[in-house]
Amino acid sequence: MKMKKILAMAASTILCGAMFAGCGETSSSSNKTDTTTAPKATDADTPKSDDNKSGSLIKVGIINNDPNESGYRTANVNDLKATFTKENGFDASFAYSLKNEEQINAAQKFIQDEVDYLLLSAADTAGWDSVLKDAKDAGVRVILFDRTIDADESLYDASIVSDMDKEGEQAVDWLKSQDLKAYDIIHLQGVMGSAAQKGRSKALDDTAKELGWNIVTQQTAEWNAEKAQQIVQAAIDANKEFNVIYAENDDMAKGAVAALDRANISHGVDKDVVVIGFDCNKWALKELKAGNWNYDGQCNPFQSSYILDIIDKLEKGETLSDKKIVMDEKGFDAKTITDADVEQYGI
Amino acid sequence: MQKKVGTAEKNSFLSAIIRKQIFIPIAALIILAIFNFIVDPSFFKITLGHNSEGDPVLSGNLISIIDYGSELAILAIGMTLVTAASRGQDISVGAAIAISGSVVLRVLCGTNSHPETLQAPIIAAFLVSCLVAMAFGAFNGALVSVFKIQPMVATLILFTAGRSIAAWINNNELPVVSDRTFTYFGGYIPGIPIPTPFFIAILCFILTWLALKFTNLGLYVQSVGINEKTSRLNGLNPALIKFVTYVILGLCVAVAGFIKVSRLSTINYSVVAKDIEMDAILAVALGGNSLSGGKFNIYASILGAYVIQFLTTTLYKFQVQADALPAYKAVVVIALVILSAPIVREKLAAFFKKLRSPEKAESKA
Repeated sequence: MKMKKILAMAASTILCGAMFAGCGETSSSSNKTDTTTAPKATDADTPKSDDNKSGSLIKVGIINNDPNESGYRTANVNDLKATFTKENGFDASFAYSLKNEEQINAAQKFIQDEVDYLLLSAADTAGWDSVLKDAKDAGVRVILFDRTIDADESLYDASIVSDMDKEGEQAVDWLKSQDLKAYDIIHLQGVMGSAAQKGRSKALDDTAKELGWNIVTQQTAEWNAEKAQQIVQAAIDANKEFNVIYAENDDMAKGAVAALDRANISHGVDKDVVVIGFDCNKWALKELKAGNWNYDGQCNPFQSSYILDIIDKLEKGETLSDKKIVMDEKGFDAKTITDADVEQYGI
Repeated sequence: MQKKVGTAEKNSFLSAIIRKQIFIPIAALIILAIFNFIVDPSFFKITLGHNSEGDPVLSGNLISIIDYGSELAILAIGMTLVTAASRGQDISVGAAIAISGSVVLRVLCGTNSHPETLQAPIIAAFLVSCLVAMAFGAFNGALVSVFKIQPMVATLILFTAGRSIAAWINNNELPVVSDRTFTYFGGYIPGIPIPTPFFIAILCFILTWLALKFTNLGLYVQSVGINEKTSRLNGLNPALIKFVTYVILGLCVAVAGFIKVSRLSTINYSVVAKDIEMDAILAVALGGNSLSGGKFNIYASILGAYVIQFLTTTLYKFQVQADALPAYKAVVVIALVILSAPIVREKLAAFFKKLRSPEKAESKA
């Protein structure tokens, strides 16, 4: 009996141990690729004090959201990391967190370390005033990317924003240009209320109202492929006629296509149903290239070229004509996409 | 005179049925079916068509229900046992599905996230994912049974960490399997027009039935859930039994996760099986099982799972507005849960008794 108890204890300890070992490995493996959230913020500042003495490097502190948040964020982080290297004349430190307070702490550390530029993708819009004032007093230039904050414009030097509305509009304009005989659309929405959902839905809603397009089904699949599959399946089972699938992300488009395949409905270039997705995942662009889908729009995660441009100008002492810079959003047509596009823009 | 006795008997029969636990999900299914039949009889239409590969497939709302409800029904089996034995629920099943699904793909894909050919046999991938899911189930079970942590708190750990672990398993990539045979498990086997997940679910039900019939599992789980102390005094080991239920749930998770990844040959660990733990708990509740443990009826939980899927499909079919969807679901769920509450059922039974007694008095007179 006692033996059994000891055995049970041992077994559970091993299990717990394995669990923690698992966790430990997660953080160590992600340390290698710079992807930890909170602890990284604290040790982010250690390596760069020695580099600073070399002088010529521009010191930047980059505060971003957790790279694991989404494919978009992963691409965004990788893009920044590839740009702000020593070879390009930068001494960059990174801090990642999805929590505003942790980001603010990281910002304060960067200011104390006297970075030249603070690049910020804020987790939350509020609470940044005092730390940005500190930055200003310390002579740190602040550039916001991807997300805006509720703070006075004088507190930052530039803000690079994604235009969610424009993304949707580009896709809908493309759809308009296809000159289909009829527009019977299944509209698969993302999680209701998210910025991407609002922008992408608004463009379609407005145009559908204006041009009298018929929205056969409009339903949220919550970015989930399987829910999208069920929704399209339900539409097919109800004998609904449709010729366009407007899915607000790639996963949902994939789910919709799975339902079409099951019902033997052809889709893609010059087929019965036009498939539109968003996000430009690499696998989705491959589907596009193969002609199974028709269009994929993207919320541009490649912001580093814009940031570089701004830093260049500021270093030369030029002033920016406008603090708010709206990025170009990409969109790909299956007929014109190339393998190079797939490699370059796929996330 | 005779006729009246007949109705009295029928009434007592009715009240007996109402007292039966499985009555609730069956009644819910019937209500939903009648509602659909009245509003649009074409809901029940099933057609035989072909998919894009040219294989025969049945399609229709009923097929969708038995297809997409499978994972939930399988999870309901494990969740019922866990609930009954440990008087609490495992809220980490969604995250655990993300993990076991990622393991399947990891084994199948190897290090390349988009391989042309499978790197390992599918059965091997499935078995590895079973082991992993059972290990995580054992982790939960150990916390609950040995360390006596409340189930919801214990499983909160995996609930929080699970999807990150899943991301780590595939180096934060989203692997895609291009092999066609892998899609059979979440789709159709060529030549068989009924979706495979349904067969997998049926197989699980049969195994469960056999386990409950030929082992003492059901009895032990029940007695531990009703009174831990007395069951220990009677020679049972409550900790072990609780532990075992969590491991069984882990196995259910592995099967459900396997179906999920097979459906689309890929996984998106951040959204796969999102909120499925809540649906699984709801299935247990709809089955009329007490969420504070003790007596249970697995078949009622399974039916409860199909009720939830029936409801989902109905809502999709009637194109409820996207932002109002959760509200509609909530209304139906509230109604069903209240109906299944023991107090209400007592009242209902008493009501039928009352209906009967004046007739009795009448017949005597």
